[in-house]
Amino acid sequence: MQGPLLPILHALHEEFGYIDREAEPLIADILNLSRAEVHGVVTFYHDFRQKPAGRHVLKLCRAESCQARGSDALAAWAEARLGVAFGGTTADGSVSLEPVYCLGLCSVSPAAMLDGKVVARLDEKKLDTLLAETDR
Amino acid sequence: MTGLRIYVPGDAAAAAVGADDVATAIATAAERSGTAVDIVRNGSRGLHWLEPMVEVATASGRIAYGPVAVSDAAAVLKAAIANRGEHPLRLGDPESIPYLKNQTRLTFARCGIVDPRSLDDYCAHGGYKGLARALAMPATAVVDEITQSGLRGRGGAGFPTGIKWKTVADTAADQKYIVCNADEGDSGTFADRMIMEGDPFVLIEGMTIAGIAVGATQGYVYVRSEYPHAIAVLNDAIAAARRGGMLGKSVVGSPQAFDLEVRVGAGAYVCGEETALLDSLEGKRGMVRAKPPLPAHKGLFGKPTVINNVLSLATVPIILEKGPAFYRDFGMGKSRGTMPIQLAGNIRFPGLYETAFGVTLGELVEDIGGGTATGRPVRAVQVGGPLGAYFPRSLFNVPFDYEAFAQADGLIGHGGIVVFDDTVDMARQARFAMEFCAIESCGKCTPCRVGSIRGVEVIDRIIANRDRAANTALLEDLCNTMKFGSLCALGGFTPYPVMSALTHFPEDFGAPPRLAAAE
Repeated sequence: MQGPLLPILHALHEEFGYIDREAEPLIADILNLSRAEVHGVVTFYHDFRQKPAGRHVLKLCRAESCQARGSDALAAWAEARLGVAFGGTTADGSVSLEPVYCLGLCSVSPAAMLDGKVVARLDEKKLDTLLAETDR
Repeated sequence: MTGLRIYVPGDAAAAAVGADDVATAIATAAERSGTAVDIVRNGSRGLHWLEPMVEVATASGRIAYGPVAVSDAAAVLKAAIANRGEHPLRLGDPESIPYLKNQTRLTFARCGIVDPRSLDDYCAHGGYKGLARALAMPATAVVDEITQSGLRGRGGAGFPTGIKWKTVADTAADQKYIVCNADEGDSGTFADRMIMEGDPFVLIEGMTIAGIAVGATQGYVYVRSEYPHAIAVLNDAIAAARRGGMLGKSVVGSPQAFDLEVRVGAGAYVCGEETALLDSLEGKRGMVRAKPPLPAHKGLFGKPTVINNVLSLATVPIILEKGPAFYRDFGMGKSRGTMPIQLAGNIRFPGLYETAFGVTLGELVEDIGGGTATGRPVRAVQVGGPLGAYFPRSLFNVPFDYEAFAQADGLIGHGGIVVFDDTVDMARQARFAMEFCAIESCGKCTPCRVGSIRGVEVIDRIIANRDRAANTALLEDLCNTMKFGSLCALGGFTPYPVMSALTHFPEDFGAPPRLAAAE
């Protein structure tokens, strides 16, 4: 395979939910790269976490189309509902709240992705129902 | 035996509003009533306010119902079995719905109609005719036809596709590549996603034709990770194309080899920039490269590379099938053919609208889009994604055309239109443009990396009414530096939304409204 670093990182991320710092020298060794190069790639991309996320990950779209349908207010509501700011994980470790800049669901804004499942035409009530399901 | 054929879109936008659950509910209801059904997860027709839109095959064509909720599933199935059965959600023949009927669907001819995972269905609907014709003619003639068609890069830059191909074709190398840019990161755009989910074979065919035309044997589709549905469908379609002999060592039994691989991005907007994308494909940080060398000379792994957007490549088959004149006859000026325009944001009838270039912005927003979804007046329309300008209503007469938009200090970009009503705060939108640039900057050039952060700070000072006149002048100066000093369109085009907001909506920045200011 040519250019294998991203596929390797994706596979690790899929398996462990984050890229452990200890994995970096191993990958570097196999691909004949420096550890700095691997670390540089891991930290460049928004997708790659360097520590585990909560049990659920809510990615709320913060881009323009969703803004036009009230996503800023929805984002503020989500932060208050979860008691955590974007980029954070709830104290009980149940939900990580992350921003995402466009899910390509702009015709059904506002949109979000909860654990890989896309949801749209969101409002507070709909989002609350979704979050309530993660509480159980 | 085959049962009643029912189409429930598997498109991500449909899924996000419950299509998967509707499909399950229909299957359950069918089982309960002892009806044999054959549920096809098609792509979306692009009438997104009607999603989930369920279609039922009848002897006299398809009948659509929408938007169908899970609670409607049993009743819709009952109406479908009765065939002529009345139901409040019955829309009739989907192709008679004016929104769809009035479009010119060339790139999207099959989207929403075919089973996206079926090679047979693709071929039954005219697929692979373009490749057949391409294989029967000299490679240079294929390139010439693309040039003659007037097709321009649909990713946003609008560079003539044929010229790009010719450059790669004319560059000698032991290995060349076709790379499809499916890193559709612009907010308000989803056409690439819809094609990959609704008609992936048209993209595969387009890339195969490109490979044959320029002498490339390997292709990559770089899809953003935010598109899991597209990635799944595309992988299935590539596997089906391989099994069907359409990809591999011998394409359709010809001496030509061509194969494809899907690569997944990792959440970096800047990787939509072609050279950053190539670095990312090579397994590096997605850093923008200085040009020259052009990717056509030294692209992926240093080899000559055609890098085109999904829509450009997906338009190639119809050009080859029907000839360049057919395509060129649509459009206006130097913008030939059709553009799949995406209507999004606060709009009553959001969706995919493919039409010939020349339609005005006002027609798109007011007549076709039906104004805002909230029912409030339209105030601003952002065209071309986060790097596109905000247009006021006074510019609604601008026709959808690369040059006309450039003349109005904007860009059509990838064809996304995001509508805002009168509650929008344009200073805040300008601030977001800078903030987004700061978040997504690859960091290679200073105007983008530092300029965007300074931009947020300056706009904050303007909003807070601190030395407003001086800071406004400073913002204009900063935008000028970013526009002309940045390495790529991220830093270079972020001034478009900022300056257009400032120019057309000065009252949101604490200045007198434009009409008064113009005296």
